[in-house]
Amino acid sequence: MARIDLVDLAHSYGGNDAPAESFALKPVTMTWRQGGAYALLGPSGCGKTTLLNLISGIVTPSRGKILFDGADITPLSTRERNIAQVFQFPVIYDTMTVGENLAFPLKNRGVPKARIDARVREIANLLDLTPWLGRKATRLTADAKQKISLGRGLVRSDVAAVLFDEPLTVIDPELKWQLRSKLKALHRELDLTMIYVTHDQTEALTFADTVVVMHDGRVVQSGTPAELFDKPEHTFVGYFIGSPGMNIVPARVSGHEARIDGHVIGLHRNYGVLPDGANIEIGVRPEFVNVAAPASGLLSATIERIDDLGRVRFARVRIGEAKFAARVPPGFSVPDNDVGLVFDPAHVHVYADSRLVEGVA
Amino acid sequence: MNTIPGRRVIMVVFLFFLLLPIYWLINMSFKTNTEIVTTMTLWPHQPTLENYKRIFTDESWYSGYINSLTFVLINTVISISVALPAAYAFSRYRFLGDKHLFFWLLSNRMAPAAVFALPFFNLYSAINLFDTPWAVALAHCIFNVPLAVWILEGFVSGVPREIDETAFLDGYSFPRFFVKILVPLIASGIGVAAFFCFMFSWVELLLARTLTSVNAKPISAIMTRTVSASGMDWGLLAAAGVLTIIPGALVIWFVRNYIARGFALGRV
Amino acid sequence: MDKTINQKAWFLVLPVFLVVAFSAILPLMTVVNYSMQDTFGNNQFFWNGVGWFKELLDPSTDLGGRFLASLGRNLLFSAIILAIEVPLGIVVALSMPRQGWTVAACLVILALPLLIPWNVVGTIWQIFGRPDIGLLGYTLNSLGIDYNYVSNEFDAWATVIVMDVWHWTSLVALLCYAGLKSIPDAYYQAAQIDGASRWAVFKAIQLPKMNRVLLIAVLLRFMDSFMIYTEPFVVTGGGPGNSTTFVSIELVKIALGQFDLGKAAALSLVYNLIILIVCWIFYTVMTNAGAERPEKQGAA
Repeated sequence: MARIDLVDLAHSYGGNDAPAESFALKPVTMTWRQGGAYALLGPSGCGKTTLLNLISGIVTPSRGKILFDGADITPLSTRERNIAQVFQFPVIYDTMTVGENLAFPLKNRGVPKARIDARVREIANLLDLTPWLGRKATRLTADAKQKISLGRGLVRSDVAAVLFDEPLTVIDPELKWQLRSKLKALHRELDLTMIYVTHDQTEALTFADTVVVMHDGRVVQSGTPAELFDKPEHTFVGYFIGSPGMNIVPARVSGHEARIDGHVIGLHRNYGVLPDGANIEIGVRPEFVNVAAPASGLLSATIERIDDLGRVRFARVRIGEAKFAARVPPGFSVPDNDVGLVFDPAHVHVYADSRLVEGVA
Repeated sequence: MNTIPGRRVIMVVFLFFLLLPIYWLINMSFKTNTEIVTTMTLWPHQPTLENYKRIFTDESWYSGYINSLTFVLINTVISISVALPAAYAFSRYRFLGDKHLFFWLLSNRMAPAAVFALPFFNLYSAINLFDTPWAVALAHCIFNVPLAVWILEGFVSGVPREIDETAFLDGYSFPRFFVKILVPLIASGIGVAAFFCFMFSWVELLLARTLTSVNAKPISAIMTRTVSASGMDWGLLAAAGVLTIIPGALVIWFVRNYIARGFALGRV
Repeated sequence: MDKTINQKAWFLVLPVFLVVAFSAILPLMTVVNYSMQDTFGNNQFFWNGVGWFKELLDPSTDLGGRFLASLGRNLLFSAIILAIEVPLGIVVALSMPRQGWTVAACLVILALPLLIPWNVVGTIWQIFGRPDIGLLGYTLNSLGIDYNYVSNEFDAWATVIVMDVWHWTSLVALLCYAGLKSIPDAYYQAAQIDGASRWAVFKAIQLPKMNRVLLIAVLLRFMDSFMIYTEPFVVTGGGPGNSTTFVSIELVKIALGQFDLGKAAALSLVYNLIILIVCWIFYTVMTNAGAERPEKQGAA
């Protein structure tokens, strides 16, 4: 277990001289707490796997340093780094039994046999692999094989961190839930630092204490699931997290007011005068906008359709050209044409050039 | 990680080992017999094209090439065209005796040419094919057809069954499906099978020599004959050897980017 | 993927069956016919029953002695070349460069010996090994090693074996290389993370992934070395004495040299039978290895 610090870490597959915009990972400085459960969340190609491979040492960074507990390990090989990693597709050693597969990382490091056996049994037990310990691993299903891969990642108790690269891709949906909560439980039980790469927000939000959202090679926000939901620091976080995502509409903001389409919406904080030339937007989650009967003083919108998500209903509406989603309060019967929108000012955020602007209370 | 220490040295030494005897052959082909017999020289000190000139002015050499290429080509075409439907059948269907048939085919790939030399001689003499490229081409089928079936079966098995079913649902008849859909899908496999047929037919001598006398004599057999007729003419023998290496080398050069995939035989 | 039962598939296999049957069954029947007879030339044959077979398996007779001796030599030869070519082929495959133009260059040179007509392979080594005009023979002799494959049995064997290694190791190497290429990078990365040594990577990943192609390589190499004829015939002519006379060479000597058709045919049948048995063993092992599919009920 270790604290991991990334210091001005960046990587380009085209070498260090490649233009800054082409870097797969743009310079990032951040700290991963010892014993934390992290998720690296972002769409395909956002650089999350690159970041993971930099930490594990499969890829050597073009720039910057990685520290484990303050010691620079950047030049060390994967083997010397003391990292465990689970890959997207199951990697199992065909000729070995399930038990031998699990014992492999320990055996390679010369752990005494008695301790290997004890640890293998413990991990097998946690992953429900005990009945298959003596079986050849190659004859199992993809699910079971991936469990073995997970087990091999978790079997060492002394690792600096366990990295997961979309480990549940090949798993059936029903089993996914089960394995995810299992991982969460394992995290508590084994007290390991875990970093989990995924493009699935549910996976990230249910697994991690801290979610690191990446976009276009940059870390755009790192925070608890609640923070990401309540206060997205980047418009990308706003619409990538949440279902439906955050409403982002261009607006003119001054002081305590935002104007959309000529309408004034009250804000909770004072934004003073925002920089000229910046692209100003406001963002509000659909959960904090209610549809209501049209009335003067309410922003009016045209209903396009209603999504019934079971517990809640969301109205998809249109304000001028902009698309918008808003909650339909229980018991509200939706009219066919126009509705008014009621905003919760505490949850309306202002963005300049996609970045959150902190107002003054 | 996936290579071994000292791999460059190993590779260089091994390639050197492969090339040295070939170099010696080429070296010798440009020497005069006097130089060969009297001195040991690492390269021709009095380079001569005399050996090659003698070969190219002799018409039997020229026809030897044509003969060899003719039976290799006929053999490849026959092997592939009969093997294709069979490979499909073995890959997709179970039928009476399929496993035994497959094994029997494979076992023929392993049958020693020496066993068949004499019976083939009788057989092809009896049906008047002796001393024609057809005799050699058909004889080589005994090992090339099983090989082609086996390689193609691997490639056909790599094509998902759903493709067949979709095609039949779309109203394709079996022959049309076969030609329009399956064959293009396993084109690389056909290439691989053709390469191996070419290879094994081209290098075989025992049957090719036994089944021909004058008109259809393959180049490699002509080589031995010419030499024994003129005593130990080392320079000429070397030049003839070099000339028989060239077609194979050309084929390899053209398929160089497919060698790795080809040797996987569609089965890895 | 379950195959459907369809007897009409026989129509698809029929062309292959006919072509191979024409080339295999008809001649084999001739062989069986001859094997029961004796001839004094002039196409006059006499019934001899299983006489030839009895002689063949009895080392005290001329025929049996020659057959069993050549069989022994051939098995020894096959064992030696397998013991050299398989490990060497694996090492060469592992030594292949990873990328760049050198890959194609290495592959072309590796494949080159495979496409040289077999008698030319013999010629190349005949020339290369001769003490008077060959680089190898000349060099060895000038180093004080008395090397002559024409007169010395050991030298003849060494030459024939080195020639076979030269000729066929590439086949093993190329098959293994193709097998290695099919291993996804994640396996190597995982092994690195698991702290596997170089040797453990080979044993746990590379060898298991190569085992199918290796089986093919061993089968082809065993069979082809067991019926080797042309190359040693060109180089040593089976000599000195009978020291490099392998089964095929013996067979051709009897059949075409002495025109002893009965003996040759009996020898052919036994020879073929041995090959059939070995082939069957390999085939069974191979299909079993291929049948290792994941079981439906896993640990999931």
